Amino acid sequence: MTADAAVEEVHRREWAKVVASLARSYGDLDVAEDAAAEAFAVAVERWARTGVPDNPGAWLLTTARNKALDRLRRESTRADRQAAGHQLLEARAAASDDMPGTGPVDDDRLRLVFTCCHPALAPEAQVALTLRLIAGLTTAEVARAFLTPEPTMAQRLVRAKRKIATANIPYRVPASHDLPDRLSAVLRVVYLVFREGYTPSGGDDLVRAPLRDEAVRLARLVAELLPDEGEAIGLLGLLLLHDSRRTTRVDDHGDLVLLADQDRTRWDHDAIREGVGLAARALHRGRGPYALQAGIAACHAAAPSAAHTDWRAVEALYTELARLDPSPAVELNRAVAVAEVDGPGVALELVDALGRTPSGGALARTSHLFHATRADLLRRLDRADDAAEAYRDALARQPTAPERRFLMQRLADLCRCDSVPKLGTEPHQT
Amino acid sequence: MRYALLSFTVPNALDALTDEERQRWLDDDAKFNAELAERDCVVGGEPLADPTTATTVRVDEGGRASLTDGPFAETAEVLGGVLVVDVDDLDEALDIAKRCPAARLGPLEVRPIRTEFP
Repeated sequence: MTADAAVEEVHRREWAKVVASLARSYGDLDVAEDAAAEAFAVAVERWARTGVPDNPGAWLLTTARNKALDRLRRESTRADRQAAGHQLLEARAAASDDMPGTGPVDDDRLRLVFTCCHPALAPEAQVALTLRLIAGLTTAEVARAFLTPEPTMAQRLVRAKRKIATANIPYRVPASHDLPDRLSAVLRVVYLVFREGYTPSGGDDLVRAPLRDEAVRLARLVAELLPDEGEAIGLLGLLLLHDSRRTTRVDDHGDLVLLADQDRTRWDHDAIREGVGLAARALHRGRGPYALQAGIAACHAAAPSAAHTDWRAVEALYTELARLDPSPAVELNRAVAVAEVDGPGVALELVDALGRTPSGGALARTSHLFHATRADLLRRLDRADDAAEAYRDALARQPTAPERRFLMQRLADLCRCDSVPKLGTEPHQT
Repeated sequence: MRYALLSFTVPNALDALTDEERQRWLDDDAKFNAELAERDCVVGGEPLADPTTATTVRVDEGGRASLTDGPFAETAEVLGGVLVVDVDDLDEALDIAKRCPAARLGPLEVRPIRTEFP
């Protein structure tokens, strides 16, 4: 392994531990982040000459701690702070040096996760902080992934860290009565990161694809740190199962391939095995939204073909999800499953009824998925004219470029012939 | 660490309640205040009178004062009361804010008290 690759691997493993440990010692995220970054910069330069030390984590922590103390010493002289405060800092640093092993370090990372994802911070600030401080992306990398100018992203991070310091957002794992709410905020951030990498809202897929890896790593970290939380396990399962299809979702031309048409032998079967196991564990612990979605993804991933999918199980899980966390998007997906169980006619009634509700109507006004789903059901009911109109409605609502090509193709097929292929699922099911 | 809890409501929000609702709100507020007294975290604070009774003072660069009748800005929701608490961290301040009956009448802004001046 080259020194660069070794540093990269150590970076991945140790970054959050170093930042989190320093944040606890010095009570300042800025100091922690800068000192960690400096320590890694020294490592890149030194390890290329001397090789990677036996315990790179400990080496980095010591180096970073010295950098942090240097800075604090400089700043405390400048600010002419009292010597007592200074000694306290040294004492705290020394005390935390005395705690070897991974126990407290792991706790620190969990504290850091909850601080970064504190609900008093704006969602985009939570995402940016998590990617910078936990995942260890540089500000430039975070900016690029979110198609944001780097100064804007830097500003966002600075403002978030300043709020944490000034408003005294605590650095601790929430009490058990707060944990479900706070954990769901953490999981939402991880899910947002994944979504950005999975269905890019624009831009080059290569630029954003690394976000998927970061999200899976973050989900794995949270699930490891909170092994009893079903939702954390469920999210990791869900992401692994979605990600198992990353190479088959689009073809060589960048066109969408429907779930039904994907080459299942090219799915990542290791990821599926792990994801299905996690989904089962999550559902056993509690039937929260991520556990249920992982269960649905497991039904798809475990099926030998689209036709052999356990659509009844999928429908039942969507029904449970809709009851727990009602949303028009969930209802729409439920209708897709109903189409496979009870036929497209029953599903179309559901979709049309959904369109008449206030939230469903809002979805119909803005989302191409609503109309694409309707169009597919109409097509399968041999209502070619209605289907064509629905495809046009979908195209009018800003689908992504691959979705647009897919919808145009479906529309062209409708106009060309009257026969209808039997099975189909819609783009959001890919 | 001290935080100000700033309550914004439509003017005279309590008057818009039915007698029964108002009584329940006042009972809850009394309970809330007793709870705060027990926690011994209140630095100070008061409810504010109707903003139409306010007088706004501006002093220009020459030191001349001008007075205007009413609050400084015409907004639907106005500052209706202030409470300053001294607690460990933001979570504790937010916990108090969530229980504060004023938060049911309108938004409640939690602001750290400024301790450092340039």
